[in-house]
Amino acid sequence: MSGFEALFAALTPLNLLLALAGVISGTVIGAIPGLTATMAVAVLVPLTFGMPPAPALILMGAIYTGAIYGGAYSAILLNTPGTPSAIATTLDGLVGAIALLTLAPPLSRVALAFGPVEYFWLAIFGLSLISAISEGSLLKGLAGGALGLLISCIGVAEVSADVRLTFGSQTLVAGINVVAALIGLFCIPVLIDLVATPGQHLQVVAEPRGFRLGEAVRVIMQRKFNLLRSSIIGTIVGILPGAGGSVAGIVAYSEARRAARPGEHYGKGEPGGVIASESANNATVGGGFIPTLVLGIPGTPPDAVILGALLVQGMRTGPTLFTDYALIVYTFIWSLLIATILMLPAGLLLGRYAYKSIITLPKALLVPSVAFMTIIGTYAIRNSISDVVIMIVLGVIGWILGRFGFAAAPIVLGLILGPIAEQGFVQAWTIGSAQQDLVGMFFGRPISIAIIAFTVFSLLSPLLMRRWKLKPEVAHVE
Amino acid sequence: MARGRRFILGCAAIATAAFTAAAAAYPTKSVDYIIPFGPGGESDITARLQQPFFKQMFGQDLVVSYKPGGGGAVGWAELNKHPGDGHTIMGVNLPHIVLQPAEKNVGYKTEDLTVVYWFHFTPDAIVVKADSPYKTLQDLIDDAKKNPGKVTFSGSGKGTANHLAQVRFDKMAGIKTTYVAFAGTGPSNTALLGGQTSAAWGYTTSAASLGDQARVLAVAMEERHPSFPDAPTFKELGYDLVSGAYRGIAVPNSTPEDIRKKLSDMIGKINADPEFKKKMLDGGYAMLDVPYEKNAEFMEKQSKAFIEAAKEAGILK
Repeated sequence: MSGFEALFAALTPLNLLLALAGVISGTVIGAIPGLTATMAVAVLVPLTFGMPPAPALILMGAIYTGAIYGGAYSAILLNTPGTPSAIATTLDGLVGAIALLTLAPPLSRVALAFGPVEYFWLAIFGLSLISAISEGSLLKGLAGGALGLLISCIGVAEVSADVRLTFGSQTLVAGINVVAALIGLFCIPVLIDLVATPGQHLQVVAEPRGFRLGEAVRVIMQRKFNLLRSSIIGTIVGILPGAGGSVAGIVAYSEARRAARPGEHYGKGEPGGVIASESANNATVGGGFIPTLVLGIPGTPPDAVILGALLVQGMRTGPTLFTDYALIVYTFIWSLLIATILMLPAGLLLGRYAYKSIITLPKALLVPSVAFMTIIGTYAIRNSISDVVIMIVLGVIGWILGRFGFAAAPIVLGLILGPIAEQGFVQAWTIGSAQQDLVGMFFGRPISIAIIAFTVFSLLSPLLMRRWKLKPEVAHVE
Repeated sequence: MARGRRFILGCAAIATAAFTAAAAAYPTKSVDYIIPFGPGGESDITARLQQPFFKQMFGQDLVVSYKPGGGGAVGWAELNKHPGDGHTIMGVNLPHIVLQPAEKNVGYKTEDLTVVYWFHFTPDAIVVKADSPYKTLQDLIDDAKKNPGKVTFSGSGKGTANHLAQVRFDKMAGIKTTYVAFAGTGPSNTALLGGQTSAAWGYTTSAASLGDQARVLAVAMEERHPSFPDAPTFKELGYDLVSGAYRGIAVPNSTPEDIRKKLSDMIGKINADPEFKKKMLDGGYAMLDVPYEKNAEFMEKQSKAFIEAAKEAGILK
């Protein structure tokens, strides 16, 4: 029933070797800034066409798992060794894969209940997270979010086909690529700061020797709720068509940050933050494949590439998937599980040695090579030199704004969520008008009401938290 | 004498070989196949169906990449900036490449695009959920007549084949329905399955990918599609609607004539492969063979028909 024959068929030495190779190459490609999981998968998938289905599917699953892990890697390495993240990755890769294995059919219906209006509210909910991310200066956070929304409007609109904010430039018709903007806003300011400040870029901790497995396990056990929460967030976000690891990571991170205990320093290599974003990021793998496999609707961009490859292998999505194409589907799901388990040793080794080589690298070598990789990575997104220019310009803007206290994260949130909110709103408005029930469309649907409630809570939480934090102090004084 | 003659023949052969070497050797490396849409749609799926046959027949990889945005306009606007050696090719779609430039400045003109082959089309179709109260096309028409504007259709994009079909059919049937544009057939299908809209103006292919979850009320073809023997054509039901989205392959306009012809022959060869044909038909596609030589004639006819329909629909002035 759950396809154990497929598991035994998958467990040949050659297939395991392929899985290991896939995990390692996926991690390495994913770890290069700008080379995303989507690209790693798209580049490597044609290799699998000539193979028999089972090894092809196993290689695909392994590349994908490795790429997702590797994608979050470079960011983490700069502050924290890879051990906790490798363990967290493995644990909730398992959560996601098991969810996929057991919940695929029922969960896919949850995703279907999300119509345009739910997407609109979900995007608004995401934007409300700005109030959490930008604790300190809410006004600057909102201004950053608005800037992100404005940037997302540049180019040809997806649904209405209007040309907006291009100022007659043919280059801007293509719009601002989100990945290029992400690389620019997150990497360039770091690079400029590295060059602008003297001294070592990373403090060499006295004892980064060995794998620190015991410490890592302890760190994770202390944060098991964080891990579980983040895995669940990741799985759910993954199921929503279109939303991917980056959204899940941001949501889980800010949720973890919000639930943080005093003494935890988010943004300074706090393991809780790594666990949150990594867990969520990885759990989207399992979650994302649920709508992809059951409905043929990709949950994340790389899923869309995998879906294309599965169609080439002769699989057809739909309700008959788990009967007519059981062998293909279960082999693929098991391959994700196998890759997830292999992720632990591979991630530990790569994390240990990659970390080591990065901290021993002199700054004069690290900065140019990272800068070089960001340029190559940006160019490779869609082979466009304009993307590189846009990436650098946005990076410089991000650095200048950073000097004035505007963080990059709200800008990115606006950029990612802007189109989702716009499309959802236009579609919901059109359908609502047709049904002559706009109020009911926007405020009368159960899932919408729940999302709106979360949004209100999210917006008010900084105030509530302040009051909650004040009370014990008052009590203390008395 | 004989030796001299052979020598001259040999020289001639070498000269000819050198002259056509570029085309004869093509493809010398992997060919980049740019799809100006996101992954998972019809353009992507058919490109990926061609991929293994291309490799098998011509020994080089066909590498599919995506350049989505503006309903394809972003990719087409930059097609001619790519090197014209036949190793960069791009998917093209009708009615997009006719209607977009006719509507406004989108960075390219229809005649800027050098199409070497139109290889299939996806006929428009009205698709409903399997549990929809509309059992026949007449059920839908009756409901739309009773509730003008309340019947909603999800469809792929604005000013697309789906959109035009909706406007044209509304006129033919004397009804008023609401069209909701989604960013591609994938999201349009999601909206249909989630019950967000009453029905979808999709393609035979979207119906094929939905399997048992959906029912086709009618297809805009001359004859019934082999994959949907039970779905009537609009013609059978008395509406003269034959339409759809046509897909082909274009090259940068700097590509030499001999490579354009060779590529056209290559795509034609893939199209003629019985296994490829079967995969296409199973997926709900309808085969089409318009090689490079016949493109001008085909485009003239299609442009005229689409511009006329769009004006009738009020999309073009």
